[in-house]
Amino acid sequence: MSLDLFVQSIISGLSQGSIYALVGLGFTIIFTVTGIINFAQGEFVMLGGMFSWAFFTLYGVPQVPALILSVLVATAIGAVLYLLAIRSARKASVVSLIIITIGASIFIRGVVGEIWGRDFVRPPYFTGENSLHFLGASIEPQRLWIVGTTIFVALILHFFFSRTMLGKALKACSVNRIGAALVGINPRTMSLIAFALAAAMGAIGGIVTAPQGTTWADAGLMLGLKGFVAAALGGFRSQVATVIGGVTLGILEQLAIRVNWGPFGSDYADAIALVVLLLVLLVRSGKLAAEERTS
Amino acid sequence: MLERLKRRWTYLAIAAMLLFLVLIPFDWFLGQYTVLMIFIGIHTMVTVGLCLLMGYTGQVSLGQAAFYGLGAYFSAILSKTYHVNPWLAMLMAAIATGAFAYVIGYPFFRLRGNYLAMATLGLGLIVGILFSQLDRFTGGSMGIREIPPLSIGSFVFNTTLKRYFLVWVFCLVTLLLAQNIVRSRTGRALRAIRGSEAAAESVGINAAQFKVKIFVLGAVFASLAGSLYVHNFFYVNPGPFGFLFSVMVVVMAVIGGLASIWGAIFGTAVVHILSDELLIEFGEWDTIVYGLILVVVMIFVPQGLFVGLRETYEHWRLRHVERRAEP
Amino acid sequence: MRTWLYLLLAAVLLAAVIPMTGCGEGNVIKIGALLDTSGANSPLGIPEKQTLEMMQKQINDNGGINGKQLKIIIRDTGGVESEAISLATKLIEQDNVVAIIGPTSTGESLAVIDTVNSKGVPLISLAADERITLPVGSSTWVFKTPQTTFMAVQQIYAYIHAQGFGKIAIMTDKKGFGAGGKKDLLGQALHYSLQIVSEQSFNNEDNIWDSYIADIKQSGAEAVVCWGTNPGPANFAKELKKQDIPFFGSHGIANMSFITLAGDAANGVVFPSGKLIVASQLSDSDPQKAMLLNFIADYEAKYGAGTCNTFAGHAYDALTMLKTSLGLAGIADRAKVRDELEKIHDFAGTGGIYNMSPQDHCGLSLGCMIDAKIENGHWVLLP
Repeated sequence: MSLDLFVQSIISGLSQGSIYALVGLGFTIIFTVTGIINFAQGEFVMLGGMFSWAFFTLYGVPQVPALILSVLVATAIGAVLYLLAIRSARKASVVSLIIITIGASIFIRGVVGEIWGRDFVRPPYFTGENSLHFLGASIEPQRLWIVGTTIFVALILHFFFSRTMLGKALKACSVNRIGAALVGINPRTMSLIAFALAAAMGAIGGIVTAPQGTTWADAGLMLGLKGFVAAALGGFRSQVATVIGGVTLGILEQLAIRVNWGPFGSDYADAIALVVLLLVLLVRSGKLAAEERTS
Repeated sequence: MLERLKRRWTYLAIAAMLLFLVLIPFDWFLGQYTVLMIFIGIHTMVTVGLCLLMGYTGQVSLGQAAFYGLGAYFSAILSKTYHVNPWLAMLMAAIATGAFAYVIGYPFFRLRGNYLAMATLGLGLIVGILFSQLDRFTGGSMGIREIPPLSIGSFVFNTTLKRYFLVWVFCLVTLLLAQNIVRSRTGRALRAIRGSEAAAESVGINAAQFKVKIFVLGAVFASLAGSLYVHNFFYVNPGPFGFLFSVMVVVMAVIGGLASIWGAIFGTAVVHILSDELLIEFGEWDTIVYGLILVVVMIFVPQGLFVGLRETYEHWRLRHVERRAEP
Repeated sequence: MRTWLYLLLAAVLLAAVIPMTGCGEGNVIKIGALLDTSGANSPLGIPEKQTLEMMQKQINDNGGINGKQLKIIIRDTGGVESEAISLATKLIEQDNVVAIIGPTSTGESLAVIDTVNSKGVPLISLAADERITLPVGSSTWVFKTPQTTFMAVQQIYAYIHAQGFGKIAIMTDKKGFGAGGKKDLLGQALHYSLQIVSEQSFNNEDNIWDSYIADIKQSGAEAVVCWGTNPGPANFAKELKKQDIPFFGSHGIANMSFITLAGDAANGVVFPSGKLIVASQLSDSDPQKAMLLNFIADYEAKYGAGTCNTFAGHAYDALTMLKTSLGLAGIADRAKVRDELEKIHDFAGTGGIYNMSPQDHCGLSLGCMIDAKIENGHWVLLP
């Protein structure tokens, strides 16, 4: 592989990986506060993109308000998801909750497909299409938006969790739910906030990436999965590690396309994310099992 | 006395069900649904493995489709490309799939809950990708056509009717096997593990070993189901073996009732009847209703509809008894 | 609470299981249709469905077929092959249809061949791959209306060669349509003096095309032939535009979606297609022109301007040929209908002039396609 291609892969991987990082951050938030893996996380990303397209293209809302509105509506849906589906399932087992979120993701996908069809759509770019040139590779402004937004969001989250009262309360819940309740933090409110926050993040990820590719009703599935890998790489705890994990995954994928796999063909790049996932899970299984036992 | 009464009712119920099954293919009864019943039979075999796993280990596997697919593809490739006897191919497929499940079982079951779910999800997807990409063997996304049917000597299973009975014989045998296991030492050990893994281990039960056993069993059942699938429809491609099918199996298990063998048939039947018969009238609404049902059932009846049905029945019976007892 | 849930469920299940045979059997001719109206190929399946619904009404308003009303039972397969098989079996055994139109995609079509062959039901597929109707011996009941992939490949290769290109790069979608195209693209290249210097496959949903493009640039290709349906080629075209390398597409992009998604990058793209999209530009002596314009007018009057496309046309061809065959057969007998289908001669459909025979269940030959170029968001017929 030539240097050119290598650099190109890194750069593409960076922006693609940022998407995964954003989705992963959403997973991490919900997991740390509630202990639930939200299988519907990918759908929030899809909703962000679809709403921004719908508001702008179908309902004629100007671009910036359309973006903000998309995030707000998606956040509301996240809150509703928590209130209706999760909170109602009191004392449900982990398995039940997994299935509930899977059901919710199927439901959301179905509704979106019903309202706007299953065709592929693209909302407009933030600042236009013309590429910038950098180190012999070309970059579109939208990519910079993606990377920039991811870094920005990660920093805000970090600040939020470590410096603000609310953020610390959320973290308290994740460390010890009962202890948090004892000092006056309402775990259920915290869970609600966590879901809303994760939905918002997913939506932000969606609005920033949809112009780059396209989006459609079923976009959430693979994105959710890859975001999960990013979160897993980050151990489901650290925002920074999740971002690094996501970006690493993105770069690995791009490199994998370039490698000659011998008799197998270059189509195995898709499997990279999954293999990484399995490796991470299995390698960390001892530590993860210990955590499960104590929580 | 109650035990004897209960047992008599159980036998009656089983006899009624068998009669029902035998009569279905007849045109004057429900013959038009024969193909539907074939699917239900095949899918029940996949579901029962998951029911056992979920019911007895409390863990979920989102990758059942992988084993189903492995059975299907092994059977297809061996019997069509290498002209192996289809029965032998089915056996080889089951052994290969079971061995595979065994090998990955130990490392996988060191994980729990969400992590295991994700690992099985990843497994399912990787296997699915392999099906599409190893196209020299699997025919890629085009798949393999003209797979030979099963036959015993000169009796070929080439009509829907014959295949219906074949499938259901397999299905019922599978269910009986599962029932046996539940009642055996293994079943008791599993129930102990479900109660408290630490306690079970303290009396010398190797929890990991039992969990893997159940996992492998489920994989073998699914593999047999996959083989039956290809010998019924003569065509295989990666389509039916993806994540969506794994989810469907979970739905069928959940609706049926975890840890319930007969619940597996119930759940599979409900899901199929709903999605194949009723919801196709609504066109694209079926995914919406699907998701909704999943959520609602898990919230209100998390132990599964079948088990919940039994409990509801008990509930009403008790109330009836109470009322009778009042002066 | 739980009890109500159960009662509701029981009611719902009963409603599903009680057979709904409905309208009197004797006075209705039933045809089945397996279309993907909710899955990945719904941009193809939906126009197909709309065409069938429109034609059903037209036919019935004009007295039906053989004096009986036509009922088309349309089932959505969602693009899932096993659904296609199970729905096909249902249509055949439960609904007793005399013939089936569809499925929409190649994968699904291949899936149902063995089923319809073993049950003896004529099927007119709306998918393109040649393996659907070949080898002749194993597809005795199966026909198809779209132009075969290798015809499209030959069409575009002829154009590319005439433009003076020698080295090309091919990009194919990993799934059925692209995979089929890849086989023909590789096979036919030498015949047209084209050298394939870069061969890559992509996922339809890919977002990042940089590395593919880098590979193409490195290979020294003079042009790219991209084989897929939406949205992959559209996104790819956008990226490729910046490189100043010409983009040639497949007949899978013969729809407005491509133009909308690719935006400015669509202009200048050349691809092979059936004549429908440039109907008004055909010469008056073209035997297809009049019927194409009629069809488009009817379709767009009902569904809106600019909505008619080649896929709708494929469904039109299938149903028209079926109607003719039913009429000639006189009765709704599956074998007779199949025999009549094989005798169809000089039928001017939207896809071309069809000449069916026992050896040829597609009926089209090379002249049925044209090259179209996108200019200013419109299709222009190239000579």
